[in-house]
Amino acid sequence: MSIQKREKKPGWKELPEGDLIIGGGTASGFKTGDWRSKRPIFLKDKCIHCLTCWVYCPDSAIIVQDGKVIGYDYDHCKGCGICYHECPVKGKAIRMISEKEAKAKNTVIAKAEGPKQP
Amino acid sequence: MDKTNIVARTGNEAMAEAMRQINPDVVAAYPITPATEVVQIFAGYVADGLVKTEFVPVESEHSAMSACIGSAAAGGRTMTGTSSQGLALMAEMLYIAAGLRLPIVMADVNRALSSPINIHCDHSDTMMVKESGWIQIFSENCQEAYDNMLQAIRIAEKAKLPVMVTTDGFIISHGMERLEILSDADAKAFVGEYKPEYYLLNFEKPITVGALDLTDYYFEHKRQQIEAIKDSKQIILDVAGEFGAKFGREYGLFEKYKMDGAEIVIVAMGSTAGTAKVVVDGLRSKGVKAGLVKPRIFRPFPKEELAESLKGMKAIAVMDRSDSMNAQEGPLALEIKAALYDAPAGSCRTVLSYIYGLGGREIKLEDIELVYNDLSEASKGKAKPKVSYLGVRE
Repeated sequence: MSIQKREKKPGWKELPEGDLIIGGGTASGFKTGDWRSKRPIFLKDKCIHCLTCWVYCPDSAIIVQDGKVIGYDYDHCKGCGICYHECPVKGKAIRMISEKEAKAKNTVIAKAEGPKQP
Repeated sequence: MDKTNIVARTGNEAMAEAMRQINPDVVAAYPITPATEVVQIFAGYVADGLVKTEFVPVESEHSAMSACIGSAAAGGRTMTGTSSQGLALMAEMLYIAAGLRLPIVMADVNRALSSPINIHCDHSDTMMVKESGWIQIFSENCQEAYDNMLQAIRIAEKAKLPVMVTTDGFIISHGMERLEILSDADAKAFVGEYKPEYYLLNFEKPITVGALDLTDYYFEHKRQQIEAIKDSKQIILDVAGEFGAKFGREYGLFEKYKMDGAEIVIVAMGSTAGTAKVVVDGLRSKGVKAGLVKPRIFRPFPKEELAESLKGMKAIAVMDRSDSMNAQEGPLALEIKAALYDAPAGSCRTVLSYIYGLGGREIKLEDIELVYNDLSEASKGKAKPKVSYLGVRE
């Protein structure tokens, strides 16, 4: 049995005082996608690019390029399903599947190759 | 230095006067006897345009401290005032203010905690939050209350820790005394401007305040806070040194009164120290080697320094205006004893504990004479009770 090497974290003298996190936009560095139990799948052919999902997504995980949805940021999508709920397309342009199912079937994810997320 | 004004002021008026001169950015407060006047008088200064403070009249003390935390995190110089149940209601937020290292300054007027309900002085409210991470400064009289408030701002902002300056309810808060007030220019120059390194309204240097800190970071941040309260001792001394040099009134971690050649000593905080000084003077004129030690700073507790000042005593009495409800004794007595335990061998082991003045029960000269009398007898080897309840009806 191997012992996993511990990540070296800063000591108390190295941290900013008062539980501060210095700098903006630091949430992007915190990958919350692994909490997800349901995964949205982008159905490109059905999408009308109204961007309703982009407006509603609480984690800014809808990736848009040139005014068009191109996929989801699975590092930060928590799988809440708000995008699916709000999608106005008849029959929905988003399908929610369980993470378990997604992993078991090794589902091909239409992950964006668009601009890198911050 | 400009001419000092000598006026007659109550403790509450003195603290409000200090707040006027400090001119904080934000004061958020809720009234409670006997501290109400501090912020009520200050609200008058706001209404009259004498200060540029944003006064936030909140709906509870919990909200008062919450608003203070928001203001201080945003970068504002922030003050408030409260007492007793109000301080108890703030308790949750006091820990947050300290943990976030926000330099809020509070006028805290000591009053008994319910139940039974009572509006008069004892130290149970302030002692209840002694572990909250706030620096605690006790004042013997109006002058000290005023001087401590001005120093507290400097201490808080340098130590990045909140500070409560206490007075004794009614005894100091409503007792009118002679007060030397600094000129506004001197006070303003002494407190200076608050320039926080990081604050929420600085869009050039964005920060996150109060993020979740679990098993992997909480301990490190608490360790920093522990170090900060240790370091604050020197900051308190430095600020007191500057205050003394500029304005002639000397302050330290505690005051030693007639300790040269003393053999029996009382340790007492707040207004009772003033009463004890009168008794010490009387005893000294009769040749009794009595002395007094008055802790000014209860947090951080000046352990080594107090133990050093008590070296060579034959008997020590510690007077607590609250009980720890631990079936032992009061908080000051416990800490003094802990200090003596770690002191070099040969320090005094005859320590008598007195609980007195609960709920504002009067403490008279005769009561304190009785304590010195006990000490005299104890120093000659006579057995005395370890804990006595001074002034209670049996």
